[in-house]
Amino acid sequence: MNRCAVIGVGQTHYTTKRRDVSMAGLVREAALRALEDAGLTFKDVDAVVIGKAPDLFEGVMMPEAYLADALGAAGKPMMRVHTAGSVGGTTALVGASLIQAGVHERVLVVAYEKQSESNATWALSTHLPFSASLVVGAGGYFAPHIREYMRRSGAPGHIGTLVAVKDRLNALKNPYAHLRIPGIDQKTVESTPMLWEPIRYLETCPSSDGACAVVLAAESAVTGTPAWVHGTAMRSEPIFRAGRDTVSPQAGKDCAADVYRQAGITDPRRQIDVAEVYVPFSWYEPMWLENLGFAAEGEGWKLTESGATALDGDIPWNASGGVLSSNPIGASGLIRFAEAALQVRGMAGDHQVDGARTALGHAYGGGAQFFAMWIVGRERP
Amino acid sequence: MRDVAIVAFAQTRHTSHDTGLTEPELIRPVIDEVKERTGLRRFGFTCSGSCDYLAGAPFSFVSALDALGAWPPISESHVEMDAAWALYEAWVRLQHGDIDSALVYGFGKSSLGDLRTIMTLQLDPYYLAPLGLDQLAYAALQAAAVGAERKELDEIVRRSRADGRGNPYALDLPDPDGAEDYAVRPLKKTDVPPITDGAAAIVLAAGDLARRLTANPAYITGIAHRMEPHYLGMRNLALSASAADAARAAGVGKGPVEVAELHAQFPHEEIILRRALGLGEETTINPSGGPPAANPVMATGLIRIGEAARRVLDGSARRAVAHATGGPCLQQNLVTVLEAP
Repeated sequence: MNRCAVIGVGQTHYTTKRRDVSMAGLVREAALRALEDAGLTFKDVDAVVIGKAPDLFEGVMMPEAYLADALGAAGKPMMRVHTAGSVGGTTALVGASLIQAGVHERVLVVAYEKQSESNATWALSTHLPFSASLVVGAGGYFAPHIREYMRRSGAPGHIGTLVAVKDRLNALKNPYAHLRIPGIDQKTVESTPMLWEPIRYLETCPSSDGACAVVLAAESAVTGTPAWVHGTAMRSEPIFRAGRDTVSPQAGKDCAADVYRQAGITDPRRQIDVAEVYVPFSWYEPMWLENLGFAAEGEGWKLTESGATALDGDIPWNASGGVLSSNPIGASGLIRFAEAALQVRGMAGDHQVDGARTALGHAYGGGAQFFAMWIVGRERP
Repeated sequence: MRDVAIVAFAQTRHTSHDTGLTEPELIRPVIDEVKERTGLRRFGFTCSGSCDYLAGAPFSFVSALDALGAWPPISESHVEMDAAWALYEAWVRLQHGDIDSALVYGFGKSSLGDLRTIMTLQLDPYYLAPLGLDQLAYAALQAAAVGAERKELDEIVRRSRADGRGNPYALDLPDPDGAEDYAVRPLKKTDVPPITDGAAAIVLAAGDLARRLTANPAYITGIAHRMEPHYLGMRNLALSASAADAARAAGVGKGPVEVAELHAQFPHEEIILRRALGLGEETTINPSGGPPAANPVMATGLIRIGEAARRVLDGSARRAVAHATGGPCLQQNLVTVLEAP
């Protein structure tokens, strides 16, 4: 298998409404920034891989056909990935796979969502005759799983607010982050309305417009500062399987075990310097801390409470502000993967974790059933 | 590149109407069939292709996982493209060398909506879709650009439907009656591919495993795809530069092509594609009947690969070519070359 590196990262400034650009303009902005970071142009790219969440969001079916021109894909191979909320991560993995297989030297990976041109709660709710429609969106779906986590672990009720505050404080150090709430504290979060018990308004992710792009290269085609890919893994499990554990899904555990094995990680808390993990609702930080093996079962909330996951803690999670601070859904997974790469390249700016050498990028989707992960490192594997 | 072969192919008996089966119910039997034929219960990688817009609901691929019985959890991905691209992704994944098998499937029920109008939503949402150009209108634009004789178009439809009647999986459609009944000029109603529900599955195997599973693996000796500009005005619609490029990259011209299965939904597309792929009189085109005889959108391209592979698997052809397409007016094209060992 050929080595693969991230050599360019480009992001748009995430915001509620980008009225000044079309979808094509949005993805092109991210792509051009990634190419500039790599010191390249569209001409240097062999293939384009694009991902986004359901087409029903913006009402454009298979939009890669329309976006091909804006991404310089004419005359090249172009693929479109869709694996629900994990899609941004999966898109990076499909791009990396093309390099690792020896098919291409340089691949442009792009993911986006223009939520201002859509209605996410409608587009995420399956309707009759497929299932009884509750029109509760993702929050309504995941809230019971969170309550079950609280019951099992005995976690106190304020843990979610700690994550909501920590990630938003990190966002203040990230120029691309959407939510910027100076002076945010536990009280601010607790004063916001309860949306889906126990998730309050400020414990959920925003709806953002935005795109993220990365340029991937084979070893012989590396330019600039590389973040080397040390492991990639994806796992899926059925949504309706009776007896599956929706609080700590087996697919997540298996995916982590696979990517850790490839990267030689036996103790993630010690060996990983920074993690960008898909936390769209605050409580998913302690839940994923356990699922990903950073804490023992039932102990994740204690790690959060101790401050270990803060920017100055021993294992910073979501130094960028995470999904809680910026959520162009289809791009959110790729942003995690890209931010992990920025950290090990030492290019994360004010939210840089000092001396980060190994980073985890994580995304999940569907009913917590699709997982995509990669480990990137400063050293060549 | 590592030797990767198609070792099994299965498809539904496609229908022209909704039979009441859900998508997972359509998929389950074809998955079971390829599992049975190969004796494999688990695969190193799984990839599928489908489109939410056909069902009008998000995440059509999510419930498909229940049909697979993906437990313990599987390494799996999905393209919102014809499943031919899912096969491409699986072929790429097999090149890594750490796994030896992959399951690929695609499915679509175009009976549930108005496909003609739905396809409009694939166009640029700001400048093209509002014009109301529908699938038949833009296909007719391309047909006009080709300017083929009506006799030639009629003959393609007649031949495809006749072959389809001989294919137990395709629809039974009558010979065109020669009436001057136009859908959108110059396309006649009989030129329009049938609304079809269906699914298909393929198993890929690499190295020794391929030879262990079947006597005549259909080796993928070339596979490539290319995109073209979206705007119809930026392309010469009478040609397909992307199909020609993909065919060159896949090495179609490196040997004789006995059989070609083309994802030509309209008869003029067959004319464009034969030229682009450099196929001559010696090549039998769409012996399955092709898309004019069964067009389960999102699986149609994968079925072309499966039908071409079937000729190699059963020993009736030594070298076959399959083509798949996506986007308005053949915007994106994938070409696969399959050869006997």
